[in-house]
Amino acid sequence: MIEVCDVLIIGAGPAGLAAAARLKQLGAGRVIVVERETAAGGVPRHCRHSPFGMREFRRVLGGPAYARALAERATNMGAEIRLGTTVVGIERNGDLAVALTSDTGVRRLKPKRILLATGTREKTRAARFLTGDRPLGILNTGALQSYAEKGLAPFRRPLILGSELVALSSLLTCRGLGARPVMMIEERPAPLARASFMFLPRLLGVPVRCGVRIADIHGQKRVEGVRLVLADGSEMDLACDGIAISGHFTPEASLARAAGLEIDPGTGGPVIDQFGRTSDARIFAAGNLLHPVETAGWCWAEARRLAGFLAISLSDQLPEGTVASVHPGPGIAYVVPQRLVRGGTGLKQLQLRATEPVRGRLATEDKGKRTLSRRRALFPERRLLLPVPDLTQAGGNIVIGIED
Amino acid sequence: MRVADIAVIGAGAVGCAVARRFALHGASVLVLEKEADLLSGASKANSAILHTGFDAPPGSLELACMQEGYAEYLDIRGQMNLPLLETGAMVIAWTEAELAALGPIADQARANGIGDVRLISPAEIASHEPHLSGRALGALLVPGEHIIDPWSPFLAYLLQAKAHDAEIAFSSEVTGGAFDGEIWTLQTSTGERRAKTVINCAGLYGDAIDKLLLGAADFEIRPRKGQFVVFDKAAADFLRTIILPVPTERTKGVVLCRTAFGNVLVGPTAEEQKDRVRATTDEASLRELVRRAIDMLPPLKDIGVTAVYAGLRPATEEKHYRIAAKPERQWITVGGIRSTGMTAALGIARHVYRMYDSSAAPPLPEQHLPLMPNLAEHLPRDWSQAGYGEMVCHCELVTRREIEAALSGPLPARDFGGLRRRTRCAMGRCQGFGCHARIAELTRGYFETPLTIDPVA
Repeated sequence: MIEVCDVLIIGAGPAGLAAAARLKQLGAGRVIVVERETAAGGVPRHCRHSPFGMREFRRVLGGPAYARALAERATNMGAEIRLGTTVVGIERNGDLAVALTSDTGVRRLKPKRILLATGTREKTRAARFLTGDRPLGILNTGALQSYAEKGLAPFRRPLILGSELVALSSLLTCRGLGARPVMMIEERPAPLARASFMFLPRLLGVPVRCGVRIADIHGQKRVEGVRLVLADGSEMDLACDGIAISGHFTPEASLARAAGLEIDPGTGGPVIDQFGRTSDARIFAAGNLLHPVETAGWCWAEARRLAGFLAISLSDQLPEGTVASVHPGPGIAYVVPQRLVRGGTGLKQLQLRATEPVRGRLATEDKGKRTLSRRRALFPERRLLLPVPDLTQAGGNIVIGIED
Repeated sequence: MRVADIAVIGAGAVGCAVARRFALHGASVLVLEKEADLLSGASKANSAILHTGFDAPPGSLELACMQEGYAEYLDIRGQMNLPLLETGAMVIAWTEAELAALGPIADQARANGIGDVRLISPAEIASHEPHLSGRALGALLVPGEHIIDPWSPFLAYLLQAKAHDAEIAFSSEVTGGAFDGEIWTLQTSTGERRAKTVINCAGLYGDAIDKLLLGAADFEIRPRKGQFVVFDKAAADFLRTIILPVPTERTKGVVLCRTAFGNVLVGPTAEEQKDRVRATTDEASLRELVRRAIDMLPPLKDIGVTAVYAGLRPATEEKHYRIAAKPERQWITVGGIRSTGMTAALGIARHVYRMYDSSAAPPLPEQHLPLMPNLAEHLPRDWSQAGYGEMVCHCELVTRREIEAALSGPLPARDFGGLRRRTRCAMGRCQGFGCHARIAELTRGYFETPLTIDPVA
């Protein structure tokens, strides 16, 4: 007999767990959360040093404690969390069905709704086309954090590539492992993290250089060194035994894509409307799958809201029909949600990211009519919120871009 | 000290196949590999196409070895559980000049015994490949070209050799040696070894080994680098057939095809270089490969890149295989085996055996047949069977049971590359973001070069 449930949540990170707790609170029936890892909590499980939980639990927690608290809350509310369970496919013809594998074998499950909360990961060395040899010691921060969690060290004297918050986390993780980064480099002319955070590398004695890129990586078995091209065009050889590559987040959207859901080339995640519905109205998406990358707290709060919409959709009371689609214009990397439906109370704000740090005038164009907003400073790693346009007359294509 | 009948230098694709062939005839075989695991040199980076030989030089040894190798692979793959992704290939003409070249290529294919090739129209190309760029002017359809798993077969061959008492010595670089008229004594980094006959399958070091032990080489290796880009599995929805360019004198050109593991591959580049060690990837070449792939298959523009790699092919100053026996020295050199070597390996092994034993004694009646775990995407994988423990690599759905199996048995993985090739762990879209640390944990104590660094005291 095929197992059934009301909502299947795929991914037990902050978004998936927040949605699970909220759905149970709203009386959504049987809610199952499947998680492919052997522990619930998502990325915060590996973040020992960041402050988590203010919004969610009104106290400051470390990553692992925060992850545990989220899972406990979802379980206490009555959600079933299944660990070590991998979704291998979503069928959308007729009723929704999901194929799952775990140590006990392959099973099918029929949910009324699915919430995808599969999160995000950093862009790999391969996807970033880094030039050079491919020895051991080149890792993303996420992998480095997992090493640290297990008390293992992949290198001793790494180079840190990137300068956003995650790169700073990488610095701290290295320190916890007894590794001493030789340098932190950023390809852009200035660090991506807010200036106030950049005291950290100075504190740790790690030089930060911007406008620098890796021209070559040396090493057959392990990384032995890199050749850097500096901002002034000169080259520099630097000995190191590893590279921690941080940032450039990519949603983990392979399931969504394999299921045939519409994917936004801007975010890399599924296209949603302001209720969190993907191109299949029975499948919702939440968390960093929608927008690489936001904090755990943001994902938690957003997923809670979207879970509310999902609960309404279980009784088929969400409005239907796309009225407008929203597209990123010049200078804008993406806009979420990408599709707008008239009526109902969905997300109130659009989330935007710029492609490059820029100061300019945000312009919204709708059917040739334009509404200019005030001048804004935009950064690629910082979200910008705009109110969802009034759709009483609008429709068609809304384009949001930056004008000089 | 044991004197082997045969010492095979190099556990690449050719070395593994040669070792198997001799072991199957009852010879005592010693394999000397300088790296920690098999397929660590030129062999690890190929396009995984099982070629028909349709465009090989007519009457050449290369063609004969490819055809014999192709036939034997099809013959034995069922017994060893080796996959075959039946794709067929199209040699696409994108220009008028290339279109004009297709006729002669078809004639050559038929002369080479590939009778089922035919020229097809743009309409028929579109019916085979609806997502391909509409700019194709025509194509030669070669139904017999297929895709295989480029690593499991050679592991299977070496396992079979080992089951027939071959000794496999890894991390054993040949550093010198002498022939006393009857027996070769070889110095290696793991000690002295003796064998009656030496077969040089040293790939990129083929000429160096000949020079070292014979004093001279008949050829010179001129490494040719090939870079590849592997697209995410989502790309496989858009392509079925192997897309080949019209070949040139120097290279078979940039190929676009699926992999047995469910991805789409584009490559290789063909870059001459002196260095035999470094096979770097570089951003400009990779971006150019991606550009060319999108040019041929436009939906790729929205598909991510899963992996990039590069390898060196042991090209020489001449195009043909450099296989030669020196009976008076009890020595056979198998050199200059380039891109077609993966297809030809089994055929080369037979050819070399015939050079060694012209009476071609039949192989042993009882053969040990290793059954390989399947890694191909289109066939059932380990995760579909209960009791796998845990899913270690989520992108490639690699289980702990698979990893543990690859770390044990007669030829366990001895480095991370070897484990990746045996299981596909960390080969997927996240390249170890999720599983690297767990793999480091599971492989502690197994690898010569471990994934972890010892903690600073």
